[in-house]
Amino acid sequence: MKVDVNKCLHCGGCVGSCPQNAIFLNDFVLEFNDDCTKCGRCVKLCPVAALSME
Amino acid sequence: MRTYDCDVVVVGAGPGGSMAARYCAEGGLKTILLEKKAEVGAPLRCAEGVSKKWLEEVGIEPEPMWIRGDMKGAIIKSPQGTTFQLDESKAGSEVGYVLERHLFDKALARDAAKAGAQIMMRTSCTGIIREEGKIVGVKARSMGEEIEIRAKCVVAADGFESQVGRWAGIDTTLKLNDIDSCIQYRMVNIDCVPDYCEFVIGSVAPGGYIWIFPKGEGVANVGIGVMGRLCKGNGDAKYYLDKFIAEDPRLSKGQILEIMGGFVSTCPGLDCAVDDNIILVGDAARIIDPITGGGICHACRTGMYAGKVLTECAKTGDFSKQALMPYEKMWRDRMEDKLFRNWMAKEKLASLDDETIDELIKMIKDSDIGEVNVYNLLKVVKEKFPKVVEGFEDLI
Repeated sequence: MKVDVNKCLHCGGCVGSCPQNAIFLNDFVLEFNDDCTKCGRCVKLCPVAALSME
Repeated sequence: MRTYDCDVVVVGAGPGGSMAARYCAEGGLKTILLEKKAEVGAPLRCAEGVSKKWLEEVGIEPEPMWIRGDMKGAIIKSPQGTTFQLDESKAGSEVGYVLERHLFDKALARDAAKAGAQIMMRTSCTGIIREEGKIVGVKARSMGEEIEIRAKCVVAADGFESQVGRWAGIDTTLKLNDIDSCIQYRMVNIDCVPDYCEFVIGSVAPGGYIWIFPKGEGVANVGIGVMGRLCKGNGDAKYYLDKFIAEDPRLSKGQILEIMGGFVSTCPGLDCAVDDNIILVGDAARIIDPITGGGICHACRTGMYAGKVLTECAKTGDFSKQALMPYEKMWRDRMEDKLFRNWMAKEKLASLDDETIDELIKMIKDSDIGEVNVYNLLKVVKEKFPKVVEGFEDLI
């Protein structure tokens, strides 16, 4: 997954919405682990379109 | 590796976590409260509106420093502009304060500290520690150092992220219908009605609503929630909020001083918010009013219940799921019916078109209901538009 760090508000919405619990918000950095299935849910929900498929 | 020992470790110093820590510490338990950020209560992820009545119930004394405004009522608007104004005399328990959340959260954390809880800032929980299958604490990163906190019970108060519960094997995954994607601006130089919280429903905010909560002197929290199922992946929340602001002459000349995101769950809570040696509270347990998205009062209540139940458990040393079940009973007895009813109402509301919403608001305006709250509104709707409440009429 690709994070546009210039848009991300670090709100943690994607973290709590991820069905795989594959995202971790570390201050201002979003980390995706290997459990990510690229289901696209975080892309769909992000309030500022900061996420996209790689 | 540095290791800390305690009776209860609470993850997250939001309202739910601080209340849990306070009531655990007051009960004589050795309590450690972890906060991953560098400041309690910031950055903000909240519209800051709360009702008043519950504060006494959870033992919080209102303090001027965290009350930004004392509301006189609420305004509900349809996209066509039909307005229903609820005044204090009629709004009853649904009206309340607009908070300074960063100070409110700090006051609750201070009370936890006063009660004897140890607070560790910039300490991020990174996992659960299990021994022979049993939860015995959490792993954390504290100011860059990997540490372990051993505890008899973990309180997961990690908010919407709700990762701690999932690491512990409790499924907190939400359906897309039960997630609202939100964004909020702190706006200045706008012309909003002072002392009234404004809610706009309908297609301006698909499946959710737009709020304008005044903070005094031309300042307000202006935000939106959009139902997850209706998001299309184009930054929908921001798109709809910007559109609304541009088209509203009261707001269009305003300036934005702060942008914040944040999601809320809109389901009736987890099927079960406890397991052996772990309790989930507040947003982490998905205990939020599904209609309003309000979670502070639920977090404070569940935090308090957790603290009280854990204090009892400490007397026997039994923190098994069975021993923690009184917590489950307490929050369900107090909130379950309302959560379920508002969850059903939310689903129906999301399915209505703007014309029907406009008609509904006109009808409510013309009806003579006593105290206006979600329950009484639904009663009127049941009378005039029985189809809207189909499936949960028994709860009204």
